[in-house]
Amino acid sequence: MSARVAVVVFPGTNCELDVAGAVEQLGGTADLVFHTETSLHGAGAVVIPGGFAHGDYLRTGALARFSPVMAAVEQHAAAGGAVVGICNGFQILTEAALLPGALQKNAGLKFLCRTVECRVETARSVLSGRAEVGRVLRLPINHFEGAYTCDPATLDRLQAEDRVVLRYLDNPNGSLDDIAGISNTAGNVVGLMPHPERASHALLGSADGVVLLESLLAAAGAGSVAA
Amino acid sequence: MPVSTEPLHRALGLTDEELAAIVALLGRDPSDLELAMYGVMWSEHCSYKSSKLDLRRFPTEAPWVLVGPGEGAGVLDVGDGLAVAVRIESHNHPSAIEPAQGAATGVGGIIRDVFSMGARPIALMDPLRFGTLDDARTRYLFEHVVGGISAYGNSVGVPTVGGEAVFDDCYRENPLVNVLCLGVVARDRLVRAVAGAPGNVAVLLGASTGRDGIGGASVLASAGFGADSEGKRPSVQVGDPFEEKRLIEACLELFEHGLVVGVQDLGAGGLSCAASETAASSDAGMDVDVARVPRREAQMTPVEVMTSESQERMLAIIEPRHVDAVLALCDRWDIRAAVVGHVTDTRRFRVFDGLFDPARGTEPDPAALADVPIASLGEGPVYARPRERPWSQEALVAADPWPELARQFPDGTDLSPELLALLATPSIADKSWVWRQYDHQLFLNTVVGPGGDATVLRLQGTTRGLALATDGKARFCRLDPRTGARLAVLEAARNVACAGATPRALVNCLNFGNPEHPAVMWQFHETVEGMSEACEALGIPVIGGNVSFYNESRGADIDPTPVAGIIGLIEHLDTVPPPAALGPGQQVLVLGESRPELGGSEWAAVVHGLTGGAPPDADLVTAARLHEFVRSLVAERAVLGVHDCADGGLAVTLAEMAIAGECGFSLTPAPGLAAAAGCFAESASRVVLSTTPDAAAAVLRRAEAAGVPALDLGPTGGDRLVVTGAFDVGIAEVTRIWRDAIPDALGQREGGIRPSGRV
Repeated sequence: MSARVAVVVFPGTNCELDVAGAVEQLGGTADLVFHTETSLHGAGAVVIPGGFAHGDYLRTGALARFSPVMAAVEQHAAAGGAVVGICNGFQILTEAALLPGALQKNAGLKFLCRTVECRVETARSVLSGRAEVGRVLRLPINHFEGAYTCDPATLDRLQAEDRVVLRYLDNPNGSLDDIAGISNTAGNVVGLMPHPERASHALLGSADGVVLLESLLAAAGAGSVAA
Repeated sequence: MPVSTEPLHRALGLTDEELAAIVALLGRDPSDLELAMYGVMWSEHCSYKSSKLDLRRFPTEAPWVLVGPGEGAGVLDVGDGLAVAVRIESHNHPSAIEPAQGAATGVGGIIRDVFSMGARPIALMDPLRFGTLDDARTRYLFEHVVGGISAYGNSVGVPTVGGEAVFDDCYRENPLVNVLCLGVVARDRLVRAVAGAPGNVAVLLGASTGRDGIGGASVLASAGFGADSEGKRPSVQVGDPFEEKRLIEACLELFEHGLVVGVQDLGAGGLSCAASETAASSDAGMDVDVARVPRREAQMTPVEVMTSESQERMLAIIEPRHVDAVLALCDRWDIRAAVVGHVTDTRRFRVFDGLFDPARGTEPDPAALADVPIASLGEGPVYARPRERPWSQEALVAADPWPELARQFPDGTDLSPELLALLATPSIADKSWVWRQYDHQLFLNTVVGPGGDATVLRLQGTTRGLALATDGKARFCRLDPRTGARLAVLEAARNVACAGATPRALVNCLNFGNPEHPAVMWQFHETVEGMSEACEALGIPVIGGNVSFYNESRGADIDPTPVAGIIGLIEHLDTVPPPAALGPGQQVLVLGESRPELGGSEWAAVVHGLTGGAPPDADLVTAARLHEFVRSLVAERAVLGVHDCADGGLAVTLAEMAIAGECGFSLTPAPGLAAAAGCFAESASRVVLSTTPDAAAAVLRRAEAAGVPALDLGPTGGDRLVVTGAFDVGIAEVTRIWRDAIPDALGQREGGIRPSGRV
């Protein structure tokens, strides 16, 4: 049975079809789960895709954390299931306190859509289990609020616990410590600003995101047994 | 609007003659509401009254055209059961007054036009024109227009995959903000703006109706700017991309479930326009009850409700049995939905305030606030306005800049400073400051994004792709509008050929000055002729367009600016097309003929201030031959690099390819032509290719067989850009000047976090 991934759709989410398409291209099964639902229907992994959930009104991710589906996402994470937030999904995971820190406006105070180089910093997360540490991936970013920030104690913990998943080689947005993606302590919850699904086919200019998505599918396959 | 003693009809933009026509067709004086509706519907913006006669000239038919001009969007068949819906619009006047909201609502409006056909919008392109960046207000307009497109387009979830930014002093107070949207729909799922049978109900979907945008079509878009333009700010609408995103998803679901008969966007003219046009196209009538329209503000008058241009609203026509299902589906997406009218068999458009009761059926109601023949709203006056070639045109065309330039830059002059000056002009310089602010990758279709010749999108579920390009060079049109319009079509077609595509359809946005000036109508007429001739020669049907008149400030008309958007089809898109870039160890070829054609060129006009002359020759047979030859080479992947030769001439084309590939060259100039002309003339129908050294001879032979002039210029390599006897510059300097020109003009160079590589 192929790995099943729940892709959460808030009003204003816009990368759900891209993530679902990339998952299915790699042999997984993707279920779109609307934000009003209260169950993930036994999926092995959850992706909160990019976009502008609830218009990003008030503050990015601030309203989405109150949607009914987030209780199911939190349960899934607490049970050790794989949860990945991409871009706006990362912002939502920090607002929901599933990941520490916050994403603030880019240093240049402009929206940035471009491809950047990121280095894989650890293989002990659900998104990088199959990636080689030190490998440089070309991944698109697409955000206005992508500068990761946190207090010094949190940064110390992220570093000490090997929780920085990806770092920018040439920091595009002013992120603290060049951070592009982090995980929780257990490594089953990951948030990242780059979009692996946008680097999933040679025709799109890079297929470097495939190794990340394959890692997630492997984790989803393992996770669905427990669920 | 300020209180004045002006008669109401004039305040609404209607002339005394137009009022007389309304009185004659109604057989009585119109009510205020009726007058307001005619004011909107008969405005230049909605009725095309000054342009209609000329627009009939465009060729519009081809076997693959499913819907031609006149509906929400033109639609073409792209094979495999798929159709593509395309439309282009202008939002010039609102953007001049309130750039961020003006540009944003332009994006919102065009997206609604496209999904009203049942298509999911998948791409936007923004051809923009501004004054020069040494002017503070121009910098403000430029930054905020781009910011508005970025904020709205990114959030609404439709990628902006291309466009243009051109700078010329003629747009100083009247920027042009054109926007093209493309959507994809299964061919058998097309939705039309029809009302169907009497008894169907009209449901208003989306945002509540407020006082914003009242008079947008008649007051703003159909008159020039004067000293009181600031006072028109309340006529600019305010956009909400989150509302629009939910509206898109809700409407696409309504279509998917077969719950709607027809649907139309509420754009210019608001509810008056949408409700009357929908019913008129089905030869039916429509009764509307303004009391049922959800409102944003208290005490709105029926006139305000009927003419408001509040954004993010759609009118859906549904069968009564589907009302509950439609309301439930809208509720899921948090979309307001209210039954505001019903379709009748009266062929009249009637408006009530609180008296409408669906149970009454089609019984006439004596208390109608408006009651007019429905077809009369859409059948405004048609004007054959006087047109005249201005007396000054002769002298303008005669002022060829080449003799003066040839004198200043005889062979042997070092042209390096001239090349650098050209690369620093904002119209030629790197535009990534603009398009990095746009999400240009959403939906995973973007194979070639902004910054190249044509944008290339894959059509998922097929092996095909689309190539999109918009072009238009007003400076050529100013000298000779007919030739300039031909050149706009040729450049867009050449760009899609460089992506290996065959042009299948054209949409145009015709931006002009005041149509009451005979010189402007002459420019317009000539433009339509030239564009039609080029389309006929290349076999490209026109499937839609937009006319924007009254682009002027304090009496000065803008240069005629027709923008051509071409949609090309790529039969097999299995690999990324060759880039507009050079690599080491390649051979550089140029196709097409170079002549000392400097009239209207970037070098003559912008660098040296010589703005006269004739535009380059626009021979259509030569162009068609070149396009087909380039398309076949690219489709076969017989070349390694390919780039259209346009603004700035051959030297700029080569420099752009060198910058993109981070690779220099060492070339020999074309024989028999002065070096300066060879470098900077903007002769049409030229393309630069790069190949492996072994393949060059075969390409030259094929060119000869195809009747396309071709020349081997020499090898690539090294870190200098060298054309013997013309220029010799280092690639680092060229790159820096080209890349930093726009950020520097805006005082926004990114410094430490600027990446060195390309995207």
